[in-house]
Parts: sequence; structure tokens; C-alpha cells
Amino acid sequence: MIPELGHFALALAVVFATAQAVLPLWGAARGDARLMAAAPALALGQLLALATAFAALIWSNVVSDFSVLNVVQNSQSLKPLLFKITGTWGNHEGSILLWCLILSLCGGAVAAFGGGLPSALRARVIGVLGATSAGFVLFALTESNPFLRVWPPPMEGQGMNPLLEDPGLAIHPPILYAGYVGFAIPFAFAVAALLEGRIDAAWGRWVRPWTLASWCFLTGGIALGSWWAYYDLGWGGYWFWDPTENASLLPWLTGTALLHSAIVVEKREALKLWTVLLAIATFSLSLSGTFMVRSGILNSVHSFANDPARGVFILALLALVIGSALLLFALRAPVMTATGLFAPLSREGALVLNNILLCSIAAVVFTGTTYPLFAELLAGAKISVGAPFFNATVLPLALPLFAAMSVGPVLSWKRAVLGPALLRLWWAALAALAVGLISSLHARLLPALAFAAAAWLVFGAAAEIIERVRLFRIPLADSLVRARSLPRAVFGSAIAHAGMGVTIAGIAGMSLAVHTIVALHPGQSTELAGYRWTLTDIHDAQGPNYVARVATILVSRDGRPVVTMTPSRRSYPLQQQSTTDTAIHTNLLFDLYAVLGEERDGAAVLRLHVNPLAPWIWLGGLVMALGGGVSLSDRRLRVGAPRRAPAAGLKPA
Amino acid sequence: MSGENLARRRLLLLAPLALASAAGAGFLVVLDRMKRGAYDPHTLANPLLGAPVPDFSLPAQPPATTGFDSAALRAAGGPVLVNFFASWCVPCEMEHPQLIALQRGGAQIWGIAYKDSSAAAAGLLSRNGNPYARLARDEPGRVAIDWGVYGVPETFLVDRTGIIRWHQAGPIMPETITETLQPLLRRYA
Amino acid sequence: MKPLWLALLFALALAGPARAVSDPAEMLPDRAQELRAEAVGQQLRCLVCQNESVEDSDADLARDLRRIIRTRVQAGDSNKQVIAWMVARYGDFVRLRPPLRPLTWVLWFSPLLALLIGGGAAGLALRRKPAAAPPLSPAERKALADLLR
Repeated sequence: MIPELGHFALALAVVFATAQAVLPLWGAARGDARLMAAAPALALGQLLALATAFAALIWSNVVSDFSVLNVVQNSQSLKPLLFKITGTWGNHEGSILLWCLILSLCGGAVAAFGGGLPSALRARVIGVLGATSAGFVLFALTESNPFLRVWPPPMEGQGMNPLLEDPGLAIHPPILYAGYVGFAIPFAFAVAALLEGRIDAAWGRWVRPWTLASWCFLTGGIALGSWWAYYDLGWGGYWFWDPTENASLLPWLTGTALLHSAIVVEKREALKLWTVLLAIATFSLSLSGTFMVRSGILNSVHSFANDPARGVFILALLALVIGSALLLFALRAPVMTATGLFAPLSREGALVLNNILLCSIAAVVFTGTTYPLFAELLAGAKISVGAPFFNATVLPLALPLFAAMSVGPVLSWKRAVLGPALLRLWWAALAALAVGLISSLHARLLPALAFAAAAWLVFGAAAEIIERVRLFRIPLADSLVRARSLPRAVFGSAIAHAGMGVTIAGIAGMSLAVHTIVALHPGQSTELAGYRWTLTDIHDAQGPNYVARVATILVSRDGRPVVTMTPSRRSYPLQQQSTTDTAIHTNLLFDLYAVLGEERDGAAVLRLHVNPLAPWIWLGGLVMALGGGVSLSDRRLRVGAPRRAPAAGLKPA
Repeated sequence: MSGENLARRRLLLLAPLALASAAGAGFLVVLDRMKRGAYDPHTLANPLLGAPVPDFSLPAQPPATTGFDSAALRAAGGPVLVNFFASWCVPCEMEHPQLIALQRGGAQIWGIAYKDSSAAAAGLLSRNGNPYARLARDEPGRVAIDWGVYGVPETFLVDRTGIIRWHQAGPIMPETITETLQPLLRRYA
Repeated sequence: MKPLWLALLFALALAGPARAVSDPAEMLPDRAQELRAEAVGQQLRCLVCQNESVEDSDADLARDLRRIIRTRVQAGDSNKQVIAWMVARYGDFVRLRPPLRPLTWVLWFSPLLALLIGGGAAGLALRRKPAAAPPLSPAERKALADLLR
């Protein structure tokens, strides 16, 4: 009964979404206030329907309803409750439903918080979101319906991939999807602006908080995903330049560019068309990332079951959503005024440089990810593009970006003078130089450069705040008063830039990681990076749906015990798979990382890593997301704050 | 802005759509090839195609009493299908009936047991029938690497001069025989 | 219809189950040689895996290839020679860092190309003459003040 309810709610959501697409857009085109006013209610209706459907699917998983095909294929009765719930979105059908739910949440959010928007703009934004939603919910209903029944129901399910039985999976996909799908809102704003034929400073301000919120989620989602790969896959790596990872990095890069170019629209009314294009591109990359991962056209470590038939449907959907937006752009943009006026040396000039570099990196990542595909298509050649390529091409583009990141915020708008601006950063530059020199004694050129860049970013961000509050130059109390009156967005951007520095320090630290592979009998020990690792014991343990082999390793340094680690190897009899459960001990400066392998002649094979600064990689990501959050709390960015002048219509170019 | 400028601007702003359309068309073609099985991102193009068979010498795999080497393969005097297989390989089971059919149709198939114990491979052949004219075994898998083999089953067609003419990674299906192998065997007979 | 996906799924059986940790005996006793072997292995794709390098993977074939890399490194082959040995058997597909040839020009020059396009567009925008903006109406002036508050 409950699955039927979910199935029905899903069908109802298609109806709501279609109405949400048609009525408000039609109303906005005709200037019919009543039709436009229906938009929020329809968006909330769709949200309610999808929430019901999603709840029904969770319910079916929790009670292990094996008459539902999706539950049979991805669950089992012995699975712990947490993983029954999170397993709901650990498979293709469930994750598409989650995707739809978040898309409808976007519509709901604009309906709920968009009260300050002009009614026509709000109707158009909600309408565009509805149109996008309609396509995806229809896809969920027809091509990947999670509510299909199976008769007779089997006694037991097939279980899910044990790699996914992990608390990290509980939060990673929803946060990542919130980031991906959240960019639907800036996209809808961009399409609405093209429909209206009007982009102004107010539009720039309206679109920013939504972009910022999605960006925070995407940043957090990528950081979590990388962390999950680090501790769950047990390879000691954190980023593999895998297509799945690149698919999340691409919208992050263009989304970051969008975040910065929207500031220029707001402050200087420049880069307007470019910003609209970026908003479209960012969501398009989110969508095509999903497509590339789901259709199986690319080699990827972590992906769902591949099915070309589904790929065709998603591609058609993509063509509709992206194609119509870009067509509208091609038709409308030429007659909109371009008022892009800026001096190269100015805050907006620095933001343009930021956009060029970020988009260049995105272009390289996109080219590299899809090149094997097009090389085979156009030349019939089989080639691979992997981590060594991306490391070699992305770093040279990232380093100037890092260099500019600390300078940009201290430049003034319109026309800046470089000398005084750089003078404010002198001690940050000195600190970066010192860090670079010291680390060059221990590391090779690139890691040393990265350490210097990290210091430059962290100290540069601090220098900007210190300069603004004139710390140590006026009495401390006055500085505090100044700090209080500083816009939160200033703090937010400084925190986010410093967070990037923390991440880079982590990445540079990881390049100094050491590891070893040893076979130890209980009682034997080995030495790695100044630590003594002693295997004290190895025993069996029983889990809810697995059996484990657990090793106990005593780690000590200079004769003093540091920590006892218990890496294990689990085997899941139902799925006939085994996983390794990595043991990680961190003191925030070092990660001790141990993986248990096979046993041979009573000796356990262990892979041991010492990873300097590893936790900083994800910590920096969280700091970046936090910075975004602080920015978001800025009074000036509250949704719907500004009012705009009466519409002037299309301006001839 | 002058008319010529506007036209140029229009063209420029059409570029994103053109780029996206090109990418979309590419994806569509790839998806279509994938559905027909003509595209698989995991397969590789074996560089041995059109090249002579690599030098090797392998011991016998029972029930055969002698193994074979590259010289024997070159001297076989007709098209030979060289098939890498293993008893632990599920797709090989799927392929087996097709190999038997090929053998009955007069094709000469030489088998190389890959990373398999001699007894297990022999057991497979006594159970399912033996389509191989000659049998050798490559337990360390080292010769397979010289052939560019990365999994089983993989099949190569070697012509009378010892040149590799065709290669497939993955099982031979009934339509592989009718559509591809029979014409090839006739051509190199 | 023939279940094509099944054929795709079972296209190849991978040699043996994946293992989490490799054999310590694999590592070369000479530290410098081992590091060089690791560097070479990271350039080479594990063919049976999805997107891992030979060094990262625990598939049987990857292990064999690791062993071969180490034998060749120990025998004094240069990194280039080891990679060429692999390419002779598995083609350019085995290289995670594709070689620079006409086929990969677009790939390798993509950073430069992107920078040129971006810089060119920005340069054009810089050269644009300021369009005379209509003066703000009092209402607009007030709205602007509100906005930038």
C-alpha cells in the first residue's frame, strides 16, 4: 500500500511540476497577476508530493518490503537501520528521486523566501524550475521508477554494495546533490532574466545568495566525498581525478566564478551577459555530470549501474533544458546592453582574472575528462587521460589564481593602484616567502610552492581584515568597533579564501606522505616515519551482516604509546564481497593510517601510511563552506532585500 | 552599435549553443554505439593487430601432451584462432558452445589456459568438451601480457604468415561467428 | 532481444578477486629504485580497473605489471623505456598521461587555448568605448542608494 502511495505521489508531482511550469510562465508573459500568483502554491504542492514519495521509499526500505524491486536489489533484512535509511539514495532510482526532491525544494525555497522579488520575476523563476522539475520527475516515473513491484516477493534482498555501508554515505549524497541541484536556482534566474530582457544590479544581488548557498553545499559535498574516498576506499588517496569527481569539480569551478562575477554585476553593472552564461553553464555542468556518470560512457571508479537506455533519456532531457536556455541566450543576449566597463587594475579587473583562470581550469578538466570519448569518436583512437595529465595542466593555472586571490580583495573598485595595495600585504608576502623557503628544504619545488601559496592565502586573508579594522594602528577598542561594522560578506570571503589556503596546505602536506607494506606476525613490529608499529593481536569479530578479521596495532613513539589502532577486513557473505575497514588516527598534523590485508603463514600483511596535514584538506573545505555561510548571513544578502526601479523593458544595444 | 557589429555579436553569442550542441551530438553517437556494443570505455585497441605474433614458448595443458610456441603457430599453415581462457571465468563458460561450434565448422582453435591450475582447466574441458586443436598453459600470465591480454576470454586470429589479423576481448557470441569470424576465416583461409 | 547489458557486464572476467593490500615482497629493496618504480606505475593505467593506476590497484594483472615494472627498473631501464614496453603491449590506452601527438594537441594545449580565449575576450571588453549612460532619475538614485546600503 505504502509503495503505491509513493508511486501515486510521484505521478502527482509530474502534474504539479507541469502546472508549475506552464501557468506562471504564461501568466508572466500575459501580465496576468492571478496566474503568476499561483506559482508558489504549485511549487509547494510539488514539494509536498515528492516529499511523500520519498518518505514512502524510505518506509519501504526501513520495513524491508521485498515486494518492491528496488528494495530487493539494494537492501537486505539484516542491514542496520541507519543503512536501510541511507541505502534509499545509495542506488540509481533512489538517488534520482532524491535529486527530484531537492529540485522541488529549490522551487519551494524560492516560493517561501522570494517574497521580495518582483512578482513577474518570481513567477518566471518558479516556472523555469517547474519545467526542469517536470522533466526529471517524468524521468523518475517512467525510466527509473523506484516503486515497481515484484511478485512473488523473495524472502531476502540482494543487499547493497558493502562499500556504501558507511555513515559517510548518509550525508554525502544529499549535501552534494543540494549543491548540484541548488544551481538550478541561479539557472532559473538567468533564464528568467533573459525572458524579461533585463539584467541589472538588483538581479545580481538576488541571484547571489542562492548561488552562495548552493556553492556552500557543493563545497561541503566535494570535501565529504573526498574524505569518504580517503577512509572508506582504503587506498590512502583523496582525489583521483576520476570522471565522477571531475563531474562535481566542474560546476564547483564555474559556480565559484559565478559567485564572483555576480558581485561585479551587483556593484558595477558589468559582466552581465557573462554572468548569465555562467549561471546557465554551471547548472548545465551539474546536469551533464550526472549524465556522464549515469550513462556509463566514461570510465569511473565509483558509479551506479550503467544503462545506455537511461542515458538517452537523460541526454534528451539535457538537450531540452540546456539547449532551450542557450537558444534563448543566443536570441535575447545580442540586444541587451553590454555595459562592461572596467580598468584592468581594479577589484573588478581582479574578479575578471579570477573568472578567466577558474573557467580555464574548468575547460581543461572538461576537455581532459571527455577527451578519451571524443578521441575515439573522431579519430578511432583509444587513449586515457588520468591524474598525471590533470596534475600537470591544472597546477600551472591554479598557482596564478592563488597568487591573485589575496591581492584582489585589497584592490579598490573602478581604478586601483597596485603599489599601496601590495604594501598592505607585505607581511603576508614575507610569511609566504619564509614558509616556501623552509619547506623547500624538506620538499620538492611544487609542494614548496604550494606551501607558500597556502601561507599567502591564509595570511593575505588575515591581512585584509587587519587592514580594514586598522588593528594596532588605532586603539584596540576602535578596531573592534570597526570590525563590528564591517559587512559579514567581507569576513565570509576572507574565511573562504583562508579555507582554500588550508586545503592547499593539506594537499601539499599529502605530497610528503610515506607508506610501507609489511608482513608481521603477532608480536613483531616495524618502523615508519619515527613511529613504531607493533602488531599485538589478530582476531575474528562478528558484525550484524558481516564477519570481520581485526588486527590490533600498538603505535608508539620514543617508547611511549601513541594509540592502539584496529584496522579490519570485513566479508559480507550475502554480497560475497569483502571490504577493508581502515584505521585512522589523527592529531590534526599527521594522520596515522593502517589497512589490513591478507594473512600468509600466520603473518598479517599491513599497509601503513603517515600522511602529514591530511585532515587539513577537508578541514579547509569546511572552512570554505563556513565562509560562505557567514557571507550568507550578511544583512545585505538577505533574499529579497532590494527593490528595483520600474521595468524599462528591452534596451536597444 | 553598427549593424555589422551586431551581426558579429549575434554570432559570438550563438557560440555556447553551438558548442553544447556539438557535445550533445557527440554524446548521442557514443550512446548509440554503446547500445550496439560498438563502444565500451573499458576496452583497448590491441597494438598487435597487423603485427606478427610475439615470441613465446608454453608448456602443455592436459589433455594435450605437448605445449606450443610461436614458431609452431607461424608454421600452422592456416588461420588459427588463439583463445585465452580459464576455468574460473564466467564469460568463458558463455563462450564455450560457440568455440565448439567453430571447431565443428572446421576452424582451428589453439587454447591457452590463463592463470589457471592445470587440473581445473582440464576438468573444464572434460566437462564441457574440448574445442582446442592444441593446448598450452600460461599459469604466471606472463606470455598473456606480451599478447596484450588483460582479461579472459580474449581471442586472436592469426593468419598463415603468423600475422595477427583480428582480436576480441570478451566472449565470442553466436553473431560474432556469423557476422565477423566466418568471413574472416574464409578470407585468410 | 538478446540481453546486451548482460554481455557488457560479463564482457571480461578479471583475473582474481581484488585484494586490499599487496605483497611486501613486491617492494624493491633499493629505496630510490622503488620510488622510481612507483612514479612509473602511477603513470600507467590498471587495465582491468576503472580508472586506477597500476600502483593503486590490487587486481591480479596490476600486480603482475607492478612486478614487471620493478624487474625492468632493477635491470636499469629508464622510465621512458619501461613505459614504451607497456605501450608496445597495451597501446597508448595504458598511459594515464597521454603522449603529445597531433591527436592530443587540443588536449595538451587546452590550458593555453582557454587562457587565450579568456584573455582575448577580456581584452576586447577593455577596449570597448564607454557608452553614454543615461543619467539616473531621482527614483533610480534612491533605489541605488538603497541597494548599496
